[in-house]
Amino acid sequence: MSVRQPLADSRVYLAERSTPRERGEPGLPRLLSGIPASGALPLGEHLALHGPLPASHGRGWTRARRGDGALIEEVERAGLLGRGGGAFPTAAKLRAVAGAARSTLGGRPIVVVNAAEGEPVSAKDRTLLRSLPHLPLDGALLAARAVGAREVLVGVCESRPEVREALASALAERRAHGADALAGTIDVQLHPVPHRYVAGQESALVNHLSGGPALPTFTPPRPFERGVRGRPTLVCNVETLAHCALIARHGAEWFCELGTDEQPGSALVTLAGAVVHPGVYEIEHGSSLGALLDAADGPTAEVRAVLLGGYSGAWVDGSWLPQLALSDRQLQPYGASLGAGVVLVLSTRACPVAELARLTRWLASQSARQCGPCVFGLDAIATVFEQLVLPLALDRRGAERRLRTLAATVDRRGACGHPDGVARLVASAVEVFADELAQHARRGPCAACSRPSELPGLAR
Amino acid sequence: MSPVHRLRVNPIACEAHGMCHELLPERISLDEWGYPILDGAPLDPALLAHARRAAAACPTFALLVEQRRRD
Repeated sequence: MSVRQPLADSRVYLAERSTPRERGEPGLPRLLSGIPASGALPLGEHLALHGPLPASHGRGWTRARRGDGALIEEVERAGLLGRGGGAFPTAAKLRAVAGAARSTLGGRPIVVVNAAEGEPVSAKDRTLLRSLPHLPLDGALLAARAVGAREVLVGVCESRPEVREALASALAERRAHGADALAGTIDVQLHPVPHRYVAGQESALVNHLSGGPALPTFTPPRPFERGVRGRPTLVCNVETLAHCALIARHGAEWFCELGTDEQPGSALVTLAGAVVHPGVYEIEHGSSLGALLDAADGPTAEVRAVLLGGYSGAWVDGSWLPQLALSDRQLQPYGASLGAGVVLVLSTRACPVAELARLTRWLASQSARQCGPCVFGLDAIATVFEQLVLPLALDRRGAERRLRTLAATVDRRGACGHPDGVARLVASAVEVFADELAQHARRGPCAACSRPSELPGLAR
Repeated sequence: MSPVHRLRVNPIACEAHGMCHELLPERISLDEWGYPILDGAPLDPALLAHARRAAAACPTFALLVEQRRRD
């Protein structure tokens, strides 16, 4: 069974696992519950739905009774992993920032909400911010209190004014509401960040919020040691903070009622490409990819492959679909992970080599152009794919081997993870699309090469 | 608890001058564009002086000899 909730503007659906749960109710949606058909959920309705913030009413988790570290402990017991792509334990991050603030001369820590969402396919963070802004804001304020910060900076992509407006009116609502105990002591500022793939990379965001360019920096020091304006800085993804807001209210046991042992809870995924109803879905970790596709009324054509994680994710073969479950542990044997929650379906009608030529050229264009191996390597990778789809290419022989070599050459050779992501993408593509690559290396472009792209968001 | 030395390159600062490869070919190779490839393994103490010389010779100070305690 799947629950679908079409949404006029952002197409949000809720996917639940197809088999009945052992422990009672399926319990989805969580993050997406109460999502309005248009506009943002007002503060009053948000509080009626989820209950007040624990501190303001002394119910459950309160600062007075359980202290500042209580949220960190609760998040740790919940086993929450970051949802920006890195899947780093959120409690460890919170603890590191709180620890750095105590032990160094770094000063009062700063909380940064990473709402850059530079991943072109991903729409989950902006869906939360636009439709349910109070959930991530709750999480940001709770995180600020947990690490002892008085300042929250929200980095929003400059090309998404609607997100900025939704956040600004949500903040105004909170100020007008007044009763919100946290609003008075913690200052929340919105900051536009450039529309660029690497701008959401942690060190790039911190660099930009410190007054520098939105480009990755050489680390260490890591942001938790020395971040925005030299202060210990917590950088968290929007969805991660939204989960924090629910964990603080309902506790770790509740959170762990869904998901797998290694990856508890639910997750937002952006389903895109050749599916009937692309959109943002809330899934339970460990639920099957097939069930997600069913919830979207299936693919529009036979599935050739699925790109998991994002544009720097990994391809999995369409024939593996029946076995694939959406958790990092279960995807690991296939070389994939959930990453930032992107599930992009490529149909058999598309030419994967032509799609990869477009995709790798775009990824090369998104290099910050700071590190040599990224600048030259990504261009070289894109060139190999382009040679395979050009009618009068100079040299197509040995393309597969050249791609393997280039992927290994750029892997972990930059200041940020951009080249690593491209290496992962290319390494998986060489495996999954071995037949198509060999065919193009022998005969050049195919009939499907000129078809319109199934990959969204590659316009520069 | 003896200190372990490792080589690291700041890829933003590196401009592919190639001095490090000239001075420490045992541990530093170059990719096809002239940027250094390091293997990340601990430095042999016998090579430490050579590594420091290579780091000092880098025109952009992109090569780092980092000291970390052995766990």
